[in-house]
Amino acid sequence: MAEISQDSGGGKKKGGKVRAKKSSTKIDMTPMVDLAFLLLTFFMLTTTFNKPQTMEIIMPDKPNPNDKPPEVNERRVVTVILGANDKVYWYKGITEPVVGVTNYSATGIRKILSDENAQIKDMIVLIKASDESRYKNMVDILDELTISNISRFALVDITEVDKKLVKDSNL
Amino acid sequence: MAKTKSHRVSPSLDMTPMVDLAFLLVTFFMLTATAVTKEPIAVDAPSATTEIKIPSVNIITITVSKEGAIFFNVDGKYTRQTVIQKMGEKYGVPFNNEQIQTFSVLPSVGLPVGNLPQYLDLPSEERDRVKQPGIPADSLNNQLGDWVVFARTTNPKVYVAIKGDKDASYPAVKKVIKTLIDKKVLRFNLITNLEKPA
Repeated sequence: MAEISQDSGGGKKKGGKVRAKKSSTKIDMTPMVDLAFLLLTFFMLTTTFNKPQTMEIIMPDKPNPNDKPPEVNERRVVTVILGANDKVYWYKGITEPVVGVTNYSATGIRKILSDENAQIKDMIVLIKASDESRYKNMVDILDELTISNISRFALVDITEVDKKLVKDSNL
Repeated sequence: MAKTKSHRVSPSLDMTPMVDLAFLLVTFFMLTATAVTKEPIAVDAPSATTEIKIPSVNIITITVSKEGAIFFNVDGKYTRQTVIQKMGEKYGVPFNNEQIQTFSVLPSVGLPVGNLPQYLDLPSEERDRVKQPGIPADSLNNQLGDWVVFARTTNPKVYVAIKGDKDASYPAVKKVIKTLIDKKVLRFNLITNLEKPA
């Protein structure tokens, strides 16, 4: 009778138990780790973490031409003019204004605004940005008003009178 | 005499926990990632102390560059497609389907409507090199206003945000604000960076 050789591997295990070949359960994970870290790096670099902040402002609608503008006591008004080169000009009232100059620091316009706010009841701040001022100045002054907790303010176009005041003050 | 065999430590270590961690982080970043969109101009926003986060959907972003050029962006593929069609109809500039498709995935644009078809036909590498002059927003030719109006009629939930460079001149920003007020957009946002503690 012919015997079918089940062992094709050279007959070493003659007579011994036929063992199932044990393959290692460990696989080389290095390529996978490489890929994982590559992706990790990619996503870390492309993610924008600091979401931009926003300052919400609500502007008044254009006034109806038939409406009379409301009258306010000029003593309540503080005008802030944003000038060139990060200068801030400010004055109280409307008749015979005394123009002062300051800057955007914590001891500058912030102190003036909080001092005036303490003195004047229901202070109204008029912000007049000159054509030479930068967008940053506008954001700064709005920010200062928020810090000083002044909610009654308006962004107004600069007038020739104001331009002249700034020019004459020589500050 | 018996040889003393030095104890051999296997050089391969168990990497499973590290891989677990790595994939956990990958998953986290993949899910939280919002890809940085490549804007045609770099804008350095001014800093302020406000901490209101800007929503990332339903938003019109009007960018004012350092030179005062105005760029317009609105999110949402459908909104963009509708808006460009309406702009084309209003200004008599026909857009084909391919151009509309291209526009719907672009970042901000800062071109007059008349130059848009030509710009959209360019291959994307060349498109990046185009110097965009900004959207006209003068009282005679206020295309920015129309962009805003069409975007708002298409998607009424949309917010308006102004992203100005901190060195942009005030008149350029004033032009944008005036346009918005003209179009009855009285509530808008100024995009700022968080103030760095001095």
